[in-house]
Amino acid sequence: MEWETVIGLEIHVQLSTQSKIFSGASTAFGAAPNSQACAVDLAMPGTLPVANEQAFKFAVMFGLAMNADIGKRSVFERKNYFYPDLPKGYQTTQLEEPIVGPGVIEVELASGETKSIRLHHAHLEEDAGKSLHEDYHGMSGIDLNRAGTPLIEIVSEPDMRTAEEAVAYLKKIHSIITYLGISDGDMSQGSMRCDANVSVRLKGEEKLGTRCEIKNINSFKFVEKAINIEAARQIDLIEDGGSVVQETRLFDVDKSETRSMRSKEVANDYRYFPCPDLLPVILDDDYIETIRNTLPELPDAKRDRFVSEHGLSKYDAAVLTTDRPTADFFEAVAKGSGEAKLAANWVMVDLAAYLNKSETTLATCPVNAEQLAGLISRIKDGTISGKIAKQVFEAMTNGEGDADTIIDKHGLKQVSDTGAIEKMVDEVIANNPAQVNNYKNADDKKRPKMLGFFVGQIMKASKGQANPQAVNEILLKKLGEQ
Amino acid sequence: MHSKTIAQLISGLRNKEFSSVELTQHFLDRIAAHDDRYNSFITLTGDIALTQAQVADQRLAAGDAPALCGVPIAHKDIFCTKGVRTSCASKMLDNFIAPYDATIVENYQQAGAVMLGKTNMDEFAMGSSNETSYYGPVKNPWNTNCVPGGSSGGSAAAVAALLAPGATASDTGGSIRQPAALCGLTGIKPTYGRVSRYGMIAFASSLDQAGVLTRSAEDAAIMLNTMASFDAKDSTCVDQPLEDYTQGLAASLNGLTIGIPDEYFGEGLNPKTAEAVQAAIKTYQSLGATIKPISLPHTHLAVPAYYVIAPAECSANLSRFDGVRYGHRCEDPKDLADLYKRSRGEGFGNEVKRRILVGAYALSAGYYDAYYNKAQQVRRLIKQDFVEAFADVDVILGPTAPNPAFEFGAKGGDPVAMYLEDIYTIATNLAGLPGLSIPCGLIDGKPIGLQLIGNYFAEGKLLNVAHQFQQATDFHQQTAPATA
Repeated sequence: MEWETVIGLEIHVQLSTQSKIFSGASTAFGAAPNSQACAVDLAMPGTLPVANEQAFKFAVMFGLAMNADIGKRSVFERKNYFYPDLPKGYQTTQLEEPIVGPGVIEVELASGETKSIRLHHAHLEEDAGKSLHEDYHGMSGIDLNRAGTPLIEIVSEPDMRTAEEAVAYLKKIHSIITYLGISDGDMSQGSMRCDANVSVRLKGEEKLGTRCEIKNINSFKFVEKAINIEAARQIDLIEDGGSVVQETRLFDVDKSETRSMRSKEVANDYRYFPCPDLLPVILDDDYIETIRNTLPELPDAKRDRFVSEHGLSKYDAAVLTTDRPTADFFEAVAKGSGEAKLAANWVMVDLAAYLNKSETTLATCPVNAEQLAGLISRIKDGTISGKIAKQVFEAMTNGEGDADTIIDKHGLKQVSDTGAIEKMVDEVIANNPAQVNNYKNADDKKRPKMLGFFVGQIMKASKGQANPQAVNEILLKKLGEQ
Repeated sequence: MHSKTIAQLISGLRNKEFSSVELTQHFLDRIAAHDDRYNSFITLTGDIALTQAQVADQRLAAGDAPALCGVPIAHKDIFCTKGVRTSCASKMLDNFIAPYDATIVENYQQAGAVMLGKTNMDEFAMGSSNETSYYGPVKNPWNTNCVPGGSSGGSAAAVAALLAPGATASDTGGSIRQPAALCGLTGIKPTYGRVSRYGMIAFASSLDQAGVLTRSAEDAAIMLNTMASFDAKDSTCVDQPLEDYTQGLAASLNGLTIGIPDEYFGEGLNPKTAEAVQAAIKTYQSLGATIKPISLPHTHLAVPAYYVIAPAECSANLSRFDGVRYGHRCEDPKDLADLYKRSRGEGFGNEVKRRILVGAYALSAGYYDAYYNKAQQVRRLIKQDFVEAFADVDVILGPTAPNPAFEFGAKGGDPVAMYLEDIYTIATNLAGLPGLSIPCGLIDGKPIGLQLIGNYFAEGKLLNVAHQFQQATDFHQQTAPATA
């Protein structure tokens, strides 16, 4: 039997507004518990919500980036349930009339294929606070700093068929929200959280299987793992004659398993109804068009432009445009050096390797785009060779300054002075009569390989600084004269 | 001093006939001497009042006196007052000291008014008799065996007993107008959105509106001038230009068209109430108004729709009272469910529980369409009735309540009988229209109220129509027998 996995994702993204969605309190992360919760966030009696316009702008930006319908009329509703980190006893969210309607995006897979994933809708809502279960002498503490932080919940159609596709889609969403600057997208801090709805069915079957929802998966890697593990569990279960029960499950990273949260066996009735404290929000075409005009260049458009404008391969362009800081960094290097292909190589290979090894990001990297462009310029104008450039780059990562300073300080300037090179060539020829003899007696086919020996000796003598092209020319000439 | 109207007190203070400290002390003394009989206050704020009065006197002396400078008033205990217990007449909030002032409380402070204290009310404003208060029932100054009406019964009794010249109140289904009627006062519920709801503890958010209880239409106009404002903290507040409601009081009623809805004179109306209202209609004719019979055909659906929508909203609004952050918390909860169940079970009274249950039921899966959605459809029809009526008339006139004040316990066993006391007032809340009640007679020594309903933001017109009636009659000048 051949099985097919069907996946839909619900992604919660915290919007990086200055203040909360319904109050003026700050949304900054990491403050002392309850220091960023005002009377509205604490649900003090008599307080009322006022919607944050910036949250709407961000949601509209997202909808436009997803090629989705924008809800010109959107309505907040109350989702009623009791929990200590939900101060009002209801979450203010959208249900029937969300801010973003259906849309579709393309995601690139490793195979080079692209796949369309449909967006069901995305809605605005408020985040809850946090329950803290440690260090309170057997009691639970409540931190309401996060309560009221604006979220968009992005709900896909069940269009993904493999964990790889789900991760590609999640990365695409991550790329879009960070390009737009509407969220920092940091999964480790909970700025982006993912729930996966997973079901399995026999290939060719039309009807969807019973799904399970895996809650709060907090990294791309875990999303892939959790989906594969859950799909395998469901397949085993069915093949053993069992059947899948619709439920919410938790992914346990350490045990590599999903397990039932068993919170509530009965279906919750959230008694949704339109929030009477907030009027429907009506957006007109002008408002939406104004936002459309402020949208930054998005990943797909940037990728295509990198191909046409900088002559990069589609693959390189896609790698460089996955996140905006990298794309911006590359463009600054390309512009500063006038060498797009070299710039792409340096950013994708040397810089990426350094960032990876040193566990830093572009934001904190000691090498800035101007410095890297300066380095490439020195390769281009022959001041240093590509090989010496690696040495200069390493010095740069140690904070030694720009390329010229480092080249000067370490005396790394390439020797192109023919007189000096001729002298070195003469010495090498004089010191290696046997090799010279062999060379002279060899046929034309073998000679280039044998030439390498002499080049190596000269580079060694020059500490790598001799201009390789000049070395080659002079060597050929002098050996020919022997 | 205590029998003067607010208009008279303002001029007395400005003419240095008495100081605000003297005036304030006089009312505090009266409350101390007489309120045992009425139970109209939950919390007295004598120290704050005298401090505010001193400041007011300084401002009066300096010639820098804002509109209500030095005038003592009482606030319904539904409005948050910073540093002062704000209980909403519930055990749930018996220990709650509000950390901030409601917008209307701020407005009165800025106008120089002096706060005497916080008045009693039905618990969370749920009731029409003031019998549901955790602090005990309020008694009607006209007859202490009878209720003062509700939910703003404490504000009404305090003003009727001359313990305060005016008081703030709130009206979700008649909670200003019905107590005004039962206590012989002028009470106005403005258009929904005219007055900020910020800091007014919510019962039913789409219906709640603050207003005032006074002894004349002129006083109501003066107090409403201060209360009305646009407030960015309340998203349902309407940014409508403010007007001086005293300006139009003297306008003639010549050419005014008053609509009389058939449906407000049907079964259930006390014949003596009907008689008094008919007499008032004749007064208006003599003042130059034209009387026009009209129909509000969906009137009979107002009470049923209200008792779905209001409880539905209240079921969510009262979820925040969970014993976690403030308010009543049960002793030694053994787990989270126990904390919720006992804190709420102990903190809320029966009428509040009844409405939370009704509301949760109306919103639950499988019943939502039949109850909540249907009630919203009815609400639109009721609003449409008024819109059509106001195409032909300037104001609508009828009784405020079917009966004068009833005795304690008279409706005790029958919530529906109690709900029907609001049969004439509820529709205006559903439509969001302004409504006003003025005294128009007595039955067996108990006052009867005449209700005037205006078009959206026609508070000025309503007060004008009420004031002209009070120029031609003296019902509003009669006071409860034991108050002198």
